[in-house]
Amino acid sequence: MRRGILLAGLFTGISVFAVNSAQAVEIEYWQYVYETRIKAMDQLIENFEKANPDITVKQTTFPYADYQTRVVAANMSGSGPDVMQLFYGWLDQFIAGGLVQPLPVDAFPHDKIESEFFPIVSAMKRGDDYYGLPTAVRSLALFYNKKLFQEAGLDPKSPPKTVDEFVAAAEKTAKHDANGNMTVAGTTMDMAGQDHQWWREVLIRQNGGEPYTADYSKVTYNNDAGIKALKFYTDLQTEQKVGEVGFMDEGQAAFRAGRAAMTIDGTFRLGSFKSIKDFEWGVTELPTNAAGIRSNYASYFANGIGAKVSGEKLEASKKFLAYISSPEAMKVWLDTVGELPARRSAALTEANLADPIYSPFLKALDYAHTTLFVDEAAQRQTAIDMVNRVLLEKQSPEDSIAQAATAEQEIIDAAKIK
Amino acid sequence: MRHKRLIWVWTFLALPILFYCVIRFYPTLQAFYLSFTNWNLMKPPKFIGFANYVKLYNDPQFWKVFRNTFTYLIIGTPVSLLISFVISFYLDRVRILHGLIRALYFLPFLTTAAAMAWVWRWFYQPAPIGVINDVLGLIGLPQQAFIRSVDQALPSIMVTSIWAGLGFQIIIFMAGLRAIPSTYYEAAKIDGLGEWPILWKITLPLLKPTTVFLVVFSSIGFLRIFDQVYNMTTNDPGGPLGSTKPLVLMIYQTAFSSYNMGYAAAQTVVLFAILLAVSLLQLWILRERK
Repeated sequence: MRRGILLAGLFTGISVFAVNSAQAVEIEYWQYVYETRIKAMDQLIENFEKANPDITVKQTTFPYADYQTRVVAANMSGSGPDVMQLFYGWLDQFIAGGLVQPLPVDAFPHDKIESEFFPIVSAMKRGDDYYGLPTAVRSLALFYNKKLFQEAGLDPKSPPKTVDEFVAAAEKTAKHDANGNMTVAGTTMDMAGQDHQWWREVLIRQNGGEPYTADYSKVTYNNDAGIKALKFYTDLQTEQKVGEVGFMDEGQAAFRAGRAAMTIDGTFRLGSFKSIKDFEWGVTELPTNAAGIRSNYASYFANGIGAKVSGEKLEASKKFLAYISSPEAMKVWLDTVGELPARRSAALTEANLADPIYSPFLKALDYAHTTLFVDEAAQRQTAIDMVNRVLLEKQSPEDSIAQAATAEQEIIDAAKIK
Repeated sequence: MRHKRLIWVWTFLALPILFYCVIRFYPTLQAFYLSFTNWNLMKPPKFIGFANYVKLYNDPQFWKVFRNTFTYLIIGTPVSLLISFVISFYLDRVRILHGLIRALYFLPFLTTAAAMAWVWRWFYQPAPIGVINDVLGLIGLPQQAFIRSVDQALPSIMVTSIWAGLGFQIIIFMAGLRAIPSTYYEAAKIDGLGEWPILWKITLPLLKPTTVFLVVFSSIGFLRIFDQVYNMTTNDPGGPLGSTKPLVLMIYQTAFSSYNMGYAAAQTVVLFAILLAVSLLQLWILRERK
């Protein structure tokens, strides 16, 4: 008898479950593990499910180092995500591997994308199709330590605006001990951090060059502009002695410890710098050159739809993607993660532009470039090695840049063949 | 009876054998196959013959990495064995606090390689924060670049690696020393043999099985060095300018940063061949001559 009741209960349970799953659509969202990003997404999913009771979204996360491999492996076994986060620089690989599908034009019309998002969204376009939309974007700015500025007799309210002022401020704030060892750096020098982006997309352009051809398939910095940009950078250590590669191990560590007056870093560093208690810091736009030319590097993680998603799951995915790239979602993302909204309307609000921390990053989005890396780690390595050859092996900037250009071109060519 | 026992033995052995076949031997064979393909995770692998090996042979970075790997091996193994033998030889005679001292030597072996590497990484920093450079400054010696120098970086990392493995080698040597019957020593003393002859004629020959084990073990360890290097140079892995990069790190980067699985598999096969050749060579050189 008891067994009978149990069985009956079991059957009802199963049938209720079956009916439910037939009505509701469940889609899976994947991103990498980063506490605030997960928290923001949890909140977005909650809002979305409230507005769309027939759709449930399951968030799955993996450690960053594993993330790409997991997406690929899941795709091979046919159990990939419906909506996934991907770095803009992975797009070529993801398209080649059949991991993402073009965004359906009915839900994401091109003219709307192009007028409402910042121009850097074009990095998600291949041919006539967009393959993803960002929620938030990142750009670079100059962080400066107000306490060290004051001690050196500089006005903490007017940070350097031009490259010359930047060098002058670094010279004033740098300190050395009796043996000539650096104790406080005027500026951090960390090619492994964001300096390679600064060199690539900003310094080269400010010296009259272009780092790559427009489609980023050819390296074009092996010329006078590139040499000048490299020499400017290495001179900071060898001539002006205002910075040292490897000082305090990492640039951001030196700045955090109050041992560097300036550092160039991205929006993603805000969270970590906000916990600094020993001194006040400020943010300003990257310095212009004498002619007033500005540039910046912006990057982002976009959200795309899995290649094999179709039917009602596709409809649900479209709705979800539209929501997580809506102005409302961007506001949540800015408040929780601290990353800048990817839409003009959500980004360039009065409140944001008046914010002393956000505004330098936001202003940069209009003139920023987004390097189309084929293998970011390997291409960054060529820049790190280029600087090290000059600083550690006393190679001439001319030779070093020629070697770097050849090495990077090989990486780009190898990726195009694949 | 015997038959029944055999069945039992094989039943118990079957599980580990199966396990090994699935997670060890099959992937190994798969790696050999992949080394002849251009697999990049995204698309199904395509057979490309020996192209990966040709590329490897013509890759200057590979030869640099090859040289680094052998530098770790050729300097690391003898130096670490010599130090650990000397320490265990004298530690064997210490009676006071013997256990404590032995534990102290063994401690680094129990510590996570990553944690240790990070501590050493800070030791090696320039003056304001680096302990070693601080001391050098105090006694008036010039500052050293250590891991920021193309010449000093590899030895600097090797030192930490030797230090980390020392505890294990000392324990094994001590066990070997203890296993030598004391009657030999007593007989030698009665015959009036001095310290050196005892060491050369009794201790070292009888310690040979222990030494062979440690030589092979430590060589494989140095040929596969990775954690120390990777953690001490995370921002510029294997740098500066590739001067500390061992083969395993190159494989790791090729596979999991550039996703060139086929090329990485070819590098793995080469590493496998090196490990096999070096181990066989050592066993042959150090074999028992009867």
